[in-house]
Amino acid sequence: MRTSLKLHCASLAVLAFATSASHAAETLNVVTFGGAFEAAAKKAWFEPFTQASGVTFATESYDGGLAKLSAMEQAKNTTWDLIDMETNDAITACDEGLLKKFDKKTLGKTSDFISGSISECAVASMVWSTIYAYDASKLKAAPTSVNDFFDLQKFPGKRGLRKSPKVTMEWALIADGVDPKDVYKVLATPAGVDRAFKKLDTIKKNIVWWESGAQAPQLLADGAVAMVQAYNGRIDDAAKKDKKPFKAVWDAQVYDFEWWGVPAGAKHADAAAKFIVSQAQPKASADLSKYIAYAPPRKDAIQYVDKQRLADMPTAPENFKRAVQINANFWADNADAINKRFQVWLTQ
Amino acid sequence: MPASPHARSPGNPGNHGTHPSAEGLATAAARQTYRRVQRHASMRALLLTLPLIVFLLSTFIAPIAMLLARSVQNHEMADGMPHLARALVAWDGNGVPGETTFALLAADLKQARESGQLGTVARRMNFAQPEFRSLLMRTARAVGDDTPAAWKPALIELDARWDSPETWRLLKRAATSPTPDYLLAGMDAQVIPQGTVASVPDNASVYREAFLRTISISATVTILCLILGYPVAWLLANLPEKQSHRLMLFVIVPFWTSLLVRTTAWYVLLQPGGVINSLLSMLGLTSHPVALIFNRTGVLIGMTHVLLPYMILAIYSVMKSVSPIYMRAAKSLGAHPFTAFVRIYIPQTLPGVGAGCFLVFVLALGYYITPSLLGGAGDEMISQLIAMQTNTQLNWGLAGALSAYLVIFTAVFYFIFNRIVGIDRLRFG
Repeated sequence: MRTSLKLHCASLAVLAFATSASHAAETLNVVTFGGAFEAAAKKAWFEPFTQASGVTFATESYDGGLAKLSAMEQAKNTTWDLIDMETNDAITACDEGLLKKFDKKTLGKTSDFISGSISECAVASMVWSTIYAYDASKLKAAPTSVNDFFDLQKFPGKRGLRKSPKVTMEWALIADGVDPKDVYKVLATPAGVDRAFKKLDTIKKNIVWWESGAQAPQLLADGAVAMVQAYNGRIDDAAKKDKKPFKAVWDAQVYDFEWWGVPAGAKHADAAAKFIVSQAQPKASADLSKYIAYAPPRKDAIQYVDKQRLADMPTAPENFKRAVQINANFWADNADAINKRFQVWLTQ
Repeated sequence: MPASPHARSPGNPGNHGTHPSAEGLATAAARQTYRRVQRHASMRALLLTLPLIVFLLSTFIAPIAMLLARSVQNHEMADGMPHLARALVAWDGNGVPGETTFALLAADLKQARESGQLGTVARRMNFAQPEFRSLLMRTARAVGDDTPAAWKPALIELDARWDSPETWRLLKRAATSPTPDYLLAGMDAQVIPQGTVASVPDNASVYREAFLRTISISATVTILCLILGYPVAWLLANLPEKQSHRLMLFVIVPFWTSLLVRTTAWYVLLQPGGVINSLLSMLGLTSHPVALIFNRTGVLIGMTHVLLPYMILAIYSVMKSVSPIYMRAAKSLGAHPFTAFVRIYIPQTLPGVGAGCFLVFVLALGYYITPSLLGGAGDEMISQLIAMQTNTQLNWGLAGALSAYLVIFTAVFYFIFNRIVGIDRLRFG
């Protein structure tokens, strides 16, 4: 199997070199969530691709959402060539014709991709997760479950949460005794939503809300909160690079894919599609984990990931026990209604 | 040649109309020439200002008008499913429509799915009712596969919601444009099935309170700025020049510093382990950190600091032009310094106070970054909700409606300030 993979990589490299002459001056405009992920993607994916094909990258960062892409599409002047997207945005963008359809055949062997990580318009680039973290130097006992996050008696102090019902509602239900498997079934009923808000009420006074991903490790570092909901890569980055005594709790982690999509009106769509194919190869896909703790979305890539690194990944068996995959379709259907109730609840 | 009124005197009717006198003709010609010259002159003047007018129209007025127009437009259905939309507009809206409409629904769903517009329609329908999106998507997938003998029973069998008059009523509403729906939603109201306007249930009512909160935060910030800014402006205007210039730097330098930098600086100062709390606990004044951030206190401190220079500069510029002679005169006539200050000095500075208050209040209405960084859950200002509708919900109609209300509020406050102070008396800088 390894040889066939190597062959595959080699043929791809040849292909890339063959086309490099005609694309020598091309620059791809890439939009990502910035921060630690962009830095990692630059090292793991952009620089090798530039070496192989001559295509250079100009990066821009954003906070997610489809407003800008939609506006560019309406103005018929799309300046982006490649976008890093969350699942719900990737689904909506595909439905609304904002993304180019992706030809799965160009990816080669795809049977080892985790189910649901290749869509009609986009290809998953990695698996990331929402977890919660604490400062080991400040808490006397170590919290181990999502119940501990809601337990103010055992673990006094403020809690940092993303100002969004997503993940927060799921955790409230799980902490209230709902099995992670049934969480969306319960959340789909009005009684389930009430139940989640009732559980959140118990810690409401102690919640500090954050909006952009970089704020989460910052809140913890500032001592503004005792525990903070965060993206696992950011916490790992703070712990490894900045030597912060942060520990992640993986119980009831809510994981999601991150996607590459090519805008319908992209000017360098071919080069962008080639880039997606190249970074989706097992070796390249695994390379990202050298720089940030996000997992490759395919099983064949795991062999290239450093053994010690595996423990930091959302998909590591030890971390994956009670993992919940975010149900993007549920949120696409219910985001409006639940968001509104969430807004009201916030100000009550 | 002077125009002669006698030439047209009523006593000389014979000349009227049929045989105008030579003199009258000449006058008319002169008048015409004069008018032409005048018109040319004003045209030239207009041409000079034309670039400015075009600039204003294209970069300021047109975008705002387009945004406001979005608040009543409702084009998603008409664009994505044109045949069904037309049929629904013509439909009387009672019960569930017949087979023809169902067939149009099936055909349009299929076509919209292929053209990539189904997502837009589905998103639009989801604003009206949760899970409408999944209903449309599911139906569209099923419709692509085969063609049944009759669409109505087939679709109802697929999903019972197609048999509900409510579903069709919502579709009909979404097919109508323009509609007041977004404007109503921006005020937490909706059209109920009976056809009248009613408030939405309490657990879905967000915007009215957010507007009140925005106005109350802006008003508090304005008052705080006035209380802090007035004495500083007085000091600046009355100190010897050298000292006042030095003091002015303390006002100007923060004014030149970026809003984001200043907000972040407050974030560092106010947080539980921050400078202010460390100082308080070092002095033994508090045992627990005081909550200065992630609440209203943080928002008010941050916004007041950012907006204070506007108030100070507006008042200062007016105070600079107040002649000291009046105060001296009042005192020499026996007035107590305090009475003289209140009755002689303050009234003369009112235009500056008005300008400052108006400026601070209007700027505060649209604040976004400071409340989102320093505020807590109960301090969301309306601009944060507009940003959410624009960026994450993609409900640009509602975002347009909320913006329209914000523009209207600003206009109303402008009108009130104009009545009280007189905008023509305002002076900036």
